[in-house]
Amino acid sequence: MANNLSVFDIAGRAMSAQMMRLNTTASNLANAGAVAGSKEEAFRSIKPVFKSVTDAPGIATVKVDSVVATKIDPTKRHDPSNPKADKDGNVWEAAVDQAQELVEMMETSRQYQNNVQVMQTAKTLTLDTLRLGK
Amino acid sequence: MSDPLFGVHGKALELRSQRLSLLASNIANAATPGYKARDIDFTKALKQAAGANGVSAGQAADANVQYRVPLEASLDGNTVELSTEQNQFAENAVKYRTTLSFLEGRINTVMQALKGE
Repeated sequence: MANNLSVFDIAGRAMSAQMMRLNTTASNLANAGAVAGSKEEAFRSIKPVFKSVTDAPGIATVKVDSVVATKIDPTKRHDPSNPKADKDGNVWEAAVDQAQELVEMMETSRQYQNNVQVMQTAKTLTLDTLRLGK
Repeated sequence: MSDPLFGVHGKALELRSQRLSLLASNIANAATPGYKARDIDFTKALKQAAGANGVSAGQAADANVQYRVPLEASLDGNTVELSTEQNQFAENAVKYRTTLSFLEGRINTVMQALKGE
């Protein structure tokens, strides 16, 4: 067997990737509702891009290739009383779709759990194999 | 040629462990755009590994890796369906345990014979 990735590597790295995804979701949600004085300064939600890392045929784990900002525009709101408002009295609200982020969070946690389960099963089976003949 | 002591179970255990990695890979890549889920044709691979031509379990596994046909195609080209993968993973884990039991039984038998009990 020439593969260098064990089940533990595969599930472990996938867990790190999902953790990264959870972090980006948390930072998006934390910034939801934040306002800025210009369109450029406003927060845009960020997303990790996953990429599979292949070893032998069919044996692959996953890594975060890059983290990109989404292309949704921040919403312009007329609010002259806001201290951050520009000369026309407008502020820009962070481009975060909160419903979408919550869905993303649920999905991330499920997929993280799946990988934990894989690891637990692999651990039990490995230990059982080690106990053979005892 | 199959092992005189453990029969086909040694090879089967190796193949099961290979398949465990493969299914773990599918589950790990559940959110990777464009990832194609794969699985081993286990029966074929075991037949090859247990044959007389000296094929190792690893080679037999590599030769019998196939793409899985998804029940419902997703928009980003990813063909991992978590329900399917989890089913297969659980089934494979149970069968791994079964193979372990066979091996354990054989080891116990041999040990008893050696001790003359």
